[in-house]
Amino acid sequence: MIYVNDEPIPASAGATVADVLAGLDIDTARRGIAVAVDAEVVPRGAWETHAVGDEARVEIVHAVQGG
Amino acid sequence: MRVGATFSIAGRELGSRLLLGTGGFPRLQTLADAIEASGAELVTVALRRIDPAAQGSLVDVLAAKGVELLPNTAGCFTARDAVRTARLAREAFETDWVKLEVIGDERTLLPDAPELLAAAEELVDEGFVVLPYTTDDPVLARRLEDVGCAAVMPLGSPIGSGMGIANPANLTLIVEQAGVPVILDAGVGTASDATLAMELGCDAVLCASAISRAADPVAMAHAIRHAVAAGVLARGAGRIPRRTYARASTPFEGLPEFAE
Repeated sequence: MIYVNDEPIPASAGATVADVLAGLDIDTARRGIAVAVDAEVVPRGAWETHAVGDEARVEIVHAVQGG
Repeated sequence: MRVGATFSIAGRELGSRLLLGTGGFPRLQTLADAIEASGAELVTVALRRIDPAAQGSLVDVLAAKGVELLPNTAGCFTARDAVRTARLAREAFETDWVKLEVIGDERTLLPDAPELLAAAEELVDEGFVVLPYTTDDPVLARRLEDVGCAAVMPLGSPIGSGMGIANPANLTLIVEQAGVPVILDAGVGTASDATLAMELGCDAVLCASAISRAADPVAMAHAIRHAVAAGVLARGAGRIPRRTYARASTPFEGLPEFAE
């Protein structure tokens, strides 16, 4: 299992951040999105290569009104 | 304060002394119209967990308006969480700027001074342009400037309270000593509060609820824009000193004397 915003999702071997986003139907070209894996920010340029291992905790955030 | 049409933060010149918070607007169209009416060039945004179903267009609306984004760390209660949120914001919005908020109390949403200072120091070290939301404590404001913050953003009164500037004396002290821009953040309830902030020497005002939760947000954005401009002009014009007793503006000389 990996945990995306606390929701458990079955882990798949060799999955990258981009795979996780695609699995959630999130358009990776969309602006105002950021991803952290195990509390470390994964830059957009590394989404295609950054592996998301079993038990990884993934945070996917986007822009909302505030402030 | 440098009285004039523009001011700058970290070398970035801004033509508008009104910063707009995007929180609380009922519809994106109202937000877009309020941005237009406010003349704001810098607007705040927040980060939250994504809802895959909601393909929101907030960023697109803001991009269409040509405004710069100022991500905040609203909702963070520790330096650690605020720093992590700022790093995510840097990635999401491709900006080093951050409105740093570290809250210490749920009911008042007042800043947590030690956590705020720790987070500010860490983020400055990481190359962020840090604009901290702080209390109206002049000593804390100085400490924040000392660790390298690009501005200080003291509150007038608690976020969303609309109570205006609760301690003008403290705000004056902050303005007097500051070597970085002072932006009044939080507490503005209506236009006159924004004018007072500028008359006291603030460089800019940030408004969210005062505009977004007004009965007519676009009209209030317009009003506060002019209120800020009026305050800047009045500050530059130099107000008369307060006095206890009257000082006649009409001369007594030449007053006709009437027979009994």
